[in-house]
Amino acid sequence: MGKYILRRLVMMIPVLFGVTFIVFFIMSLTPGDPAAIILGDQASGEALALKRIELGLDKPLLVRYATYMGNLLRGDLGLSYRNQIPVAGQVWDKFPNTAMLAVAGIIVALIIGIPVGILSAKKQYTFMDNSSMVLSLVGVSMPNFWLGLLLSLLFALKLGWLPSQGMGQGFFPLLRSLVLPALTLGTGVAATVVRMTRSSMLEVIRQDYIATARAKGITEKQVTNKHMLKNALIPIVTAVGLQFGHLLGGAMLTETIFSWPGLGRLMVDSITSKDIPMVLGSVIFMAVMFSFVNLLVDILYAFLDPRIKSQYGGPAKRRKGVVA
Amino acid sequence: MKPSDELLSIEKVTIHYETEDGIVHALNEISLTMKKGETLGLVGETGAGKTTLAKGILRLIPSPPGVIKQGRILFEGTDLLSLNENQMRAIRGNSISMIFQDPMTSLNPVMPVGDQIMEVVEAHTKNASKEEMYQQACDMLEMVGIPADRSHEYPHQFSGGMKQRVIIAIALACNPTLLIADEPTTALDVTIQAQVLDMITALKSRLNTAMLLITHDLGVVAQNCDRVAIMYAGQVIELGTLQDIFKRPQHPYTKGLLGSIPSLTKNVRRLSPIKGLMPDPTDLPPGCAFAPRCQYASDVCTRGVPAIYTLSDTHQVRCVLAEQEVNHE
Repeated sequence: MGKYILRRLVMMIPVLFGVTFIVFFIMSLTPGDPAAIILGDQASGEALALKRIELGLDKPLLVRYATYMGNLLRGDLGLSYRNQIPVAGQVWDKFPNTAMLAVAGIIVALIIGIPVGILSAKKQYTFMDNSSMVLSLVGVSMPNFWLGLLLSLLFALKLGWLPSQGMGQGFFPLLRSLVLPALTLGTGVAATVVRMTRSSMLEVIRQDYIATARAKGITEKQVTNKHMLKNALIPIVTAVGLQFGHLLGGAMLTETIFSWPGLGRLMVDSITSKDIPMVLGSVIFMAVMFSFVNLLVDILYAFLDPRIKSQYGGPAKRRKGVVA
Repeated sequence: MKPSDELLSIEKVTIHYETEDGIVHALNEISLTMKKGETLGLVGETGAGKTTLAKGILRLIPSPPGVIKQGRILFEGTDLLSLNENQMRAIRGNSISMIFQDPMTSLNPVMPVGDQIMEVVEAHTKNASKEEMYQQACDMLEMVGIPADRSHEYPHQFSGGMKQRVIIAIALACNPTLLIADEPTTALDVTIQAQVLDMITALKSRLNTAMLLITHDLGVVAQNCDRVAIMYAGQVIELGTLQDIFKRPQHPYTKGLLGSIPSLTKNVRRLSPIKGLMPDPTDLPPGCAFAPRCQYASDVCTRGVPAIYTLSDTHQVRCVLAEQEVNHE
C-alpha cells in the first residue's frame, strides 16, 4: 500500500509539469499587457517599459518559463502582478473558504443523491423512478449561475430569509450565508450522484449474492445497506470524488454570484487583470488538489473492496498454500 | 404417504413472468410432495422451470415480472403463499434454506465469510450475544471443513469448492428442515463435485434435513436421491423412486433422457438424443407440451393436457400412453 501511494505521488510530477506548461503559454499568448493593466491607461511608455523589465517580461518566453519552474521547485509561486503579495499566501488564505463551500455542497449532494438513487433503483420504472430521473436530468442540465440567481431571487430578495452576498462572520451567520451557494453547487452534483447511485445499484441488485442474502431471511433494509449499497459504492465514490476535486478548485460561477471569497473568485479576478503568477499559482494548486482527491479515492477503494486491497499488495491477510 | 410424514406439498402452483414480449409460462399447475428427511431429485432441461420452482417455494421470485397466479405451497401444514413478508422471512434461511448454483457469484465479495454465516444465525436467533453467534458461525465453518481462523477472510481468498462449502455452511447454519440445492455442483470441477455432494449428503443425514436437489445430471440423481421428479415445460411429467425412473421409465421424455446417457455395458453405436428443442414458454403448444418432439404422439396428445396416471404407490406419469398401461393391468 505504501509503495502504491508513493508511486502515485511520483506520477503527479509529470501531470503538474504539463499543467504549468499549458497554462503558462496560454496566458502569455493571450493579448493584453500586464504592465499596462497594472499601471493603467495613463502610464507613459517609459514607465511601462520599466515595469516590464521589473516583471521580467522583456525576457524570451522559454527563459521566463524556466525561471518560473526553478522557483516553483523551491516552493516559490512568485509575487502577484497586481499587489506584489506572494501568490502562495493568497491562495492559502482563500482555500479554507472554498473548502468549506465544497464540503457543504458535497454534503447537500449526498443527502439528496444517495437516498433518491437507491429508491430509484429499487423501484425501477415506477412513477417515483421516472420522476427522479427527469428531475435529475433537469438538475444536471441547469446551469449553476442560473440556479444561483433564481435561488437568491427567491430566498434573499423576495423572502429575505437568507443573505445573498458574502460570507457571514460567526458560526450562525456563516452557516446562513453558506446555505444558498451550497444548495446551488449541491443540486448539480446531486443529480450526478442520483444517476450514478441508481445505475450502480441496478447492477448489484441482479447479482446472485443478493438472492443469497434474501434467502437468509434478513430484512430488506439489511439487504439494501449491507449487501447492495456496499457493493455499489465504488462507482459512487468515484463520481463524488471527481466532483469534490472540481469543487475544491473553486466554483468560479457560484463564488462570483454569491461574492464568496474563495479560490474561484480569486481566479476570475486574476484572469481579468492578467495576473499571470496568480492564475498559474491557483491552477497549480487546483491540479494538486484534484490529484490528491483522486489518490484519496483510489486509496478508499481498498477499504471498500478487499479484492482491490490485495491487488495493491495491501495488508489483507493471506496464508501460503490455502489460496487457490 | 401418511400426512404426518409430509413436509412439503406443492399444489397446482402456476407462476408466470409477465414481460413485454409476452407471458412466460414458467410453471403450469405443478404439483409435488416431499416427505421429511427424504432427498427428491428434480431433473429437467434448462428452462423447464426448476429454479422458478425453487425460488417460488421461498417466495423469492422477483416481482415484477414474476407473478404467482394460483396454487398452494404447504410447508409443515402452513400455506407459504398466504404468509406476509415478516412471517416468510422467519422461514427463509431458518426452516427452508437454499444453495445457489454458482458459488463464484453467490457470496458477497466485500464481506468476510464469517460475517456472512453469522448473518443468518443473527436473523433467526434470539437471546444470544454477538460472540456466541460468531462462535456458531465458526463452528459451521469447521463443520464444512474450513479452519475457523479463516472466518475473517473474504470470498476471493477461497477456491470455488471452498466457496460452495461456505454457502453450504450458510444454508445449514440454522438447521433447516428443508434444503433446496439448485444445481449445487454444476459450476465445480468434477473432482470437487463429488466432494461437495458427499458433504451435503453426509450433513443432511446428520441433521435429518430433507433435500430438493435440482440438477440436470442423472448421474448425480442416481447417487444421491430417494425419489426423482422429471420436469418438462413447467410441469412434473414423471415422478417415482430411483427404481421406477431408471428401470421402468414410462414417459417418452424420461426414456429419451436416459437414452442420451452413454452406457458402459451395452454396445451402442450412437447415442439417441431427443430431437428438437423445448417449446418456447411464451407460446406453449396445446395439450401435452412434449407432443411436438414425441415419436409416439397422436391426435389425442394435442387435444388436452394429459392427466396424471398412477402406475404404483410411488410411480406417477403424465402421458396418455400410460392410460393403456394402466387399463391393461
